[in-house]
Parts: sequence; structure tokens; C-alpha cells
Amino acid sequence: MGNPIKILKNGIIDENPTFAQVIGMCPTLAVTTSAINGVGMGLSTLAVLTCSNFVISVIRKFVPDEARIPCYVVVIASFVTIVEMLLKAFAPPSLVDALGVYIPLIVVNCLILARAEAFAGKNDPIDSLFDGLGMGLGFTLALTVLGAVREILGNGSVFGLTILPEAFPRTIVMILPPGAFLALAFLMVIVNLMRGSAKK
Amino acid sequence: MDLIFILLGAIFVNNFVLSQFLGICPFLGVSKKVETAAGMGIAVIFVITLASAATWLAYKFILVPLKLEYLYNIAFILIIASLVQLVEMFIKKSSPSLYQALGVYLPLITTNCAVLGVAVNNMNNGLDFISSVVSGIGAAAGFALAIVLFAGIRERLERCNIPKAFQGFPITLITAGLMAIAFLGFSGMSMS
Repeated sequence: MGNPIKILKNGIIDENPTFAQVIGMCPTLAVTTSAINGVGMGLSTLAVLTCSNFVISVIRKFVPDEARIPCYVVVIASFVTIVEMLLKAFAPPSLVDALGVYIPLIVVNCLILARAEAFAGKNDPIDSLFDGLGMGLGFTLALTVLGAVREILGNGSVFGLTILPEAFPRTIVMILPPGAFLALAFLMVIVNLMRGSAKK
Repeated sequence: MDLIFILLGAIFVNNFVLSQFLGICPFLGVSKKVETAAGMGIAVIFVITLASAATWLAYKFILVPLKLEYLYNIAFILIIASLVQLVEMFIKKSSPSLYQALGVYLPLITTNCAVLGVAVNNMNNGLDFISSVVSGIGAAAGFALAIVLFAGIRERLERCNIPKAFQGFPITLITAGLMAIAFLGFSGMSMS
């Protein structure tokens, strides 16, 4: 069994799903029009990823190699259905509306299948649980930062609280689709610069 | 007439990649060369068209009569996965070079959110069979158009002098962002 702290840190920082591995892009770009949407999507993915990683790791020895992808997909789809029902029952309706079609689409988030293939299928259940937790937290962090940046620039607010003065011009394009690409591109440049200077 | 509006709307106004962010992974992954991008586009058109027909039939004639609507997600993804397997076998036989070029991205069409996205959208909007298939074709054609145009731009980027921190994904994303701004121009055409 590996060191849980190390596995967590690996997911959050070293191999951050968004900034280092660049996977799971569709929800990352689509729902981050505000910080709260980013948190909602991040946590839903976190829940699915942690549960699916654990279950896949438990069943990995019984699943024949040729049939593993369909088995993994069914496990993931079941958890997504559970999360979708829970969100519809307990989450604020405005959040459910904002996430919309992207909740069922968590099934096809490459991040989840990638972790199943790369980690859960090869490691024991407890390690896989922590890997899911770490990757999920890293994903949540990235989505929240991206959502916050877009919300500040496009709407002058964070988590719905207005922080920029009225006179400050709002850059509407940041909360429109093109803004998602541009904001993520510049965040990646900043991360690249930071990583570059950390190496020196 | 409505069908033409659905088709044009899905290609330009609500372009799947550039305004709804469905199918971003292959869009960024397989867009280095125009030929591969075109191959991917055609494979996706094929899969999405079949998938939107198959999922509509399965929803209407299997899930609804059995009152299993809440299982739609699991059912759709299994249908799509089998279809992709079929397309993979077909391409492997008919065009080995295209099979080589698409590589790992071919099985990954299963996890192309555009395919499942079209199916779920059609179900949520309660479209009939013909409209479902047409909106599937439109969405897929929009994807193909976007990925081919994007690959054309990226081929030119290869020869440009890009600052080090921007190399790789950042400049790709900025290019996609500028393309998305261009496609935003079509939103004035909304035809409802």
C-alpha cells in the first residue's frame, strides 16, 4: 500500500487532471461560467471518481481483461445515475439547471475512465480510493479557479458576491464560450511559467 | 423547412464543439493534420447518426414501456460503445491507413461526449425520430467542420515562432478561443 498523502498530492498538484494531464476538458470548459458551477461540477465528479475507483479496484481480479472497458463503463454509469438523482433531490435547482446535460455526461469524462485504466485496475482498493479523492480534488480546484477567474472578469463577482466596482468594465466575452478557451489558455501559461521557475 | 433549420442551427449557431464544448478531447487531440481530422470527422458523423437513431428507438420502445427511464444513461452508453466497436471493425477492414491514423482515438469515440450529448439532448427536448436523426447529423457535421478548419490552422502554427510558455496546449486553446469568437457571429442568425 502506498502513502495516502503522496497519492493525494500527486492528484492535486503533480498530475493535476486539468493543468498537467489536460483531460476531462469538456466539463472544464463548459460549466465554469461561475465559481459555484465549477465547485458543483468538481464535487460531482469527485464523488463519482472516488466511488468508481474503489469499486473497480475491488472487482479488478474477477473481470476478464477483454471485457474490462464495458464493465468499467457500467460501474461509472451507475454512480453517475446515483449522483444525478441525489443532485436533483437535494441540490439547489439553479445549480442543477446550470450543470444541465453535463451531469449525465460525467460518464464520458475521460478523467474517470483514464483513472480506472491507469490506476484502479492495477492497485489495491484503499490506494485507488485515495487516488480518486486526490484527482477529484485537483479537478475541483482547477474548475473552481477557472470559474472564479471567468466570473470576476465577466461579471465582476465571485460566488455571486460583487467585488469589482460598477465603473470597472465587464468583459462579457469571458462568460461566453470563447472566454473558456482563452481563460484556460492563460491559466496554463501561468502554471507553465511557475513550473518552469520552480525547476530552475 | 423545420428540419433545415434544425440542421443549420446545429452546424453553425449551436456548434457542438465551439459553443457547447462537446467533443473537446478529440477536437484537441486529433487535429494536428487535416487528413486525420477529416477521417475523425467522418467517423464521428457515422457514429453519431447511428447512435441518435439507435438511442431514440431504445428509449421509446424499451425504456419507456418498461418504466426504466432513469436507466437511460447506462443504456445509451452501452449502445454507443457497441456501435463504436462495430465502426472500428469496419474501418479496420476497409481502410487500414485511416485505422492507423486514428489510432487510440477511435475507441475513444465512445467517450466522445458529443455522441452521448446528442442522445441526451434529443431525449430532453422530446424530438421525434426524424428530427433526432437530423439534429444528430447536424451536430456531427458541425463537429467535422470545426475539427477540419482547426486542423488547417494548426498545420500553419507548426511553422510559427511561439513563446515557450505558450507552446503546446495554451496556443491551441487560444486558437480555439478565436475560432469560437468567429462562430459567435453566427448566433445573430438564430431562427426560432
